[in-house]
Amino acid sequence: MTDLPLLSITIFLPAIGALLLLFLKDSMEQLQKMLALIVSALTFIVSLPLYFSFNSNTAAFQFEENYTWISAIGANYHVGIDGISLLMIMLTTFLGPLVVLSAWNAVHKSLKGFLISLLVLETGMLGVFASLDIFLFYIFWEAMLIPMYFVIGIWGGQRRVYAAVKFFIYTMVGSLLMMVAILFAYFYVGEQTGTYSFDYIHLRDFLMPVEIQKWLFLAFGLSFAIKVPMFPFHTWLPDAHVEAPTAGSVILAGVLLKMGTYGFLRFCLPMFPNATFIFAPLISILAVIGILYGAWVAMVQKDVKKLVAYSSVSHLGFVMLGIFSFTHQGMQGGLIQMVNHGLSTGALFLIVGMIYERRHTRMIEDFGGLARQIPIFTTFFMIVTLSSIGLPGLNGFVGEFLVLLGTFQTNVTLAVLATSGVIFAAVYMLWMFKRVMFGPITREENKRLTDLSKREVAVLVPIVVFIVWIGVYAQPFLGKMEKSVDSLLAQLKAKQTALVQPGNEIIGGGE
Amino acid sequence: MQDYIWLIPFFPLLGFLINGLLGKYLSEKVIGILGSAMVFLSFSTAVVLFFQLTQLDPENRLFINTLYTWMATGSFSADVAFRFDALSAVMVLVVTGVGFLIHVYSIGYMHGDRGFARFFSFLNLFTFAMLLLVLGNNFLIMFLGWEGVGLCSYLLIGFWYENPEYAYAGNKAFIVNRIGDFGFLIGIFMIFGYFGSLNFDTVLSAAGMQPEWVITTICLLLFVGATGKSAQIPLYVWLPDAMAGPTPVSALIHAATMVTAGVYMICRTSAMYVLSEVALSVVAIIGLLTALMAATIAITSKDIKKVLAYSTVSQLGYMFLAAGVGAFATAIFHLMTHAFFKALMFLAAGSVMHALSNETNIDKMGGLKNKIGTTYRTFWVGGLAISGILPFAGFFSKDEILWKAFSSPFGSTVFWAVGTLIAGLTAFYMWRMIYTVFYGESRVDKEVALHIHESPKVMTVPLIVLAALSTVGGLVNIPHYFPMFEHFLDPVFMKYINPAAFEASHGSFGLELTFAAISLVVAFTGIWLAKVMYVQRRELPDKIASSVKGLYTLLFNKYYVDELYDKIIVKPFVKVSDAFFYAFFDVKIIDGIVNGSAKIMDSIAGVLRRSHSGVVQFYALSLVVGAIALFGYLIFG
Repeated sequence: MTDLPLLSITIFLPAIGALLLLFLKDSMEQLQKMLALIVSALTFIVSLPLYFSFNSNTAAFQFEENYTWISAIGANYHVGIDGISLLMIMLTTFLGPLVVLSAWNAVHKSLKGFLISLLVLETGMLGVFASLDIFLFYIFWEAMLIPMYFVIGIWGGQRRVYAAVKFFIYTMVGSLLMMVAILFAYFYVGEQTGTYSFDYIHLRDFLMPVEIQKWLFLAFGLSFAIKVPMFPFHTWLPDAHVEAPTAGSVILAGVLLKMGTYGFLRFCLPMFPNATFIFAPLISILAVIGILYGAWVAMVQKDVKKLVAYSSVSHLGFVMLGIFSFTHQGMQGGLIQMVNHGLSTGALFLIVGMIYERRHTRMIEDFGGLARQIPIFTTFFMIVTLSSIGLPGLNGFVGEFLVLLGTFQTNVTLAVLATSGVIFAAVYMLWMFKRVMFGPITREENKRLTDLSKREVAVLVPIVVFIVWIGVYAQPFLGKMEKSVDSLLAQLKAKQTALVQPGNEIIGGGE
Repeated sequence: MQDYIWLIPFFPLLGFLINGLLGKYLSEKVIGILGSAMVFLSFSTAVVLFFQLTQLDPENRLFINTLYTWMATGSFSADVAFRFDALSAVMVLVVTGVGFLIHVYSIGYMHGDRGFARFFSFLNLFTFAMLLLVLGNNFLIMFLGWEGVGLCSYLLIGFWYENPEYAYAGNKAFIVNRIGDFGFLIGIFMIFGYFGSLNFDTVLSAAGMQPEWVITTICLLLFVGATGKSAQIPLYVWLPDAMAGPTPVSALIHAATMVTAGVYMICRTSAMYVLSEVALSVVAIIGLLTALMAATIAITSKDIKKVLAYSTVSQLGYMFLAAGVGAFATAIFHLMTHAFFKALMFLAAGSVMHALSNETNIDKMGGLKNKIGTTYRTFWVGGLAISGILPFAGFFSKDEILWKAFSSPFGSTVFWAVGTLIAGLTAFYMWRMIYTVFYGESRVDKEVALHIHESPKVMTVPLIVLAALSTVGGLVNIPHYFPMFEHFLDPVFMKYINPAAFEASHGSFGLELTFAAISLVVAFTGIWLAKVMYVQRRELPDKIASSVKGLYTLLFNKYYVDELYDKIIVKPFVKVSDAFFYAFFDVKIIDGIVNGSAKIMDSIAGVLRRSHSGVVQFYALSLVVGAIALFGYLIFG
């Protein structure tokens, strides 16, 4: 494989772009946009070899880079990816340029700051997915929140300050708990093993006693659950989405929420396996509630963007349900569903943004009959809507189907309840679609709507390509993650039995 | 040759893509010819494969074409794979054959519509999905096609989306079908759970090894899916509304092909159904009840397309009755003849509407017999076929169903008796419509009457072809003398089961002939009654209606089922979601707690606040302070 530190280049390229932007004058807006676009596109291109030379036959971390960073505390710059993080990285770099392109004409104040925020955000997110050192992970996790906070709070809608504060409170509660948990794990494992290190693998491979696992699981888990967001920690999401500018919503839905589900997969499950099994029933039930509740509440929304936001609660419920089914189908389905949600909900927010730019409203009642006026828009909207509904042949189905298939093998009741979600998804999405797109045009303003521009089509086409691709041929994507999921499941089972066996040394060390 | 099965669905897919992407640059002529040609190419491929299939020994008649792995994880794997056996051969030939005729007809019918290209691309997409459904070699490909046809149905019902009622009908169809799919999906999960595979052969050959309750549950779950797609009780409500779509759509999707998917599904999985008497009985009884209910509604309907729609629901009920008594080949036989005569009648109805500026109310028709002669004559053939008059196609298939409903080990006298009654009702309501539309005085609006004209050749030729098929199509299966159709299909149905179990348990050839005679008498009685009431003594219907006013109102309002569903399911559901889950729980409870704690936070932050967005500074500050404290502790502590 290549000697270049590809992963680090991918992670920091956007940040370098942000630095370059600092040197551009405020008035050079066109240049700023071009620079941001080129940098994010370049990041995507640089990340491609990660995908194509990724070895699907191993669960080991690849493209690993490990340098001593702060030796006094045992914190390293340690990054690497496996089948679980690979697709998240790809999703992030893929959406990067599309997000920049979508914001082309949408930002009217302090464009430079906005673009810098987007790029810093991207570095933060990539760092989160690639970190194999928990200290490093936490830095990226926190660092990423600040630009997101700005994006909502500065470039958001009318109630942006409220939304930003709400986002902040929720997130901070989680982050603080997680920080405490990280420190505890660090000291505990350090004391037991004699090696004080934040290294992920070091911490993961030490099996803590169940009582401790439970507390740490809860602390990490709450932070992740808020981010997912799981019912009942979801109410920051609709507000954040509604107030955030389109680009912010796309990143939020496309990538940020996945950090929660990713966190469970990367940290909670392998580090606290016994606690995982203890809390799995609770989390599965919350996931199913989220699926149904999200759908029902989405159904009665009057604002399209809020509807899409609540649909995220429902979709992410599927991801959580799949992960906590502890089956191959459920986990891989959950992972692919993370990608799917990023694509389809990302696209939905882009589409809502496009219509908002034209009409400056997102209220369903302000529309109606748009299909005749803007057919290209209608086509994209339809495809993405169907993807969100989980129509077979498009990506959403693959994820939902596998999640439900996996869940059914372990818990029939929950699977049946969750499956009814496919009915409600059709209800709320198609009802909304009908009210916005079909019927006669009732408002004068809607008769003057212009169809999508070439730039807008260019933003949506790549997403639709993947929506169809994953839908009709999911195997290449599933194949990339298979070994890592196998290994995660094997670890979980091994650790569960390790702790159950009496007289085991690891327990001895823990008690 | 079996490596080319994929071509069958590929052609319509290609047509969809070309017309869908480039349609706006093409002329109507190019679009129409291209769309039709693609279906014809599929048909031709299927014919070639069909003949190749017949070259093989009956028990070896199976081609499989595996393209690639769609998805695989753990022990689960699903391929994109097609199977071409006797059953899929019949289905493919019906779908592409009838489908081709309807495509051609649409060139004339949709002429001048601004959505011409969109229409043909959707019609091709439908054909593609339907072919996936019948060619799939596993439950997942079948489900892919199943949902695909549902999508096209949705898109085409709401084709004229500017009318909000049409758009509503499209949504209703999709959502009601989703309720059925919910059952289908759980059935699939269960199949995988117990069989470890979704491949038809793997599952069906092992069905005998599972406990009966498992098989029964799976069959019933699959049947829930069938009641959605094939419009049976309790999920039939979408089909009558689906008539909002252009008439060729009603003919192709909502009569000849898609709605028969449920019947196909049960026949495809017959090896499981025969293991569960409970499941079979449920299928038979639901089929019979649906057939009866729909036939009674059809008697009072005044809309030419709605009569045909309820008639379709009723005829599908017959097919389920056949499947439910284990007569799978008969169910498919009726599926095929029904595809001929019902497509014919829908297209003929479309031709009537074409002549009358899209009028659908039969009270505003009458006396059209000589004005649109070809349409009349073909409609007449359809009417005889569906009524089961010898020697038209419907006679053979329907009579076979009635006989099997009685003689099969799963049959009963009640099934036969009710089935025969429905046959009488069918003849009556169908001829009531034919007499009202084509005979008697003209009740056409004056404005409309000026423009009455026979449809162009591009529409009438498909009518004539379908009329011919409706006339002779039944001859492929004459019991005892020439049961070619059954013999062709039987290897599929008997592959995994003991044929001895399906020998008629009672009844003789003599009785069979007697039954056939009875049903002929019943059918003629129905037609005769219709003639008396709607041609000779036109005052009679109103008299009868007012003498049994309660019953008439009940039937005319379709037993108020739509209203009932709306009142007890739809409205409360929306209301609870809005008022309780959203307004109360989400906003008041959860957000109440969050905002409450936010206020506490705010007052704490107020101490440090220097500007209106003080929270950010507080946050950044605490982060920095925290980090420094942490470092200090770690390094020096």
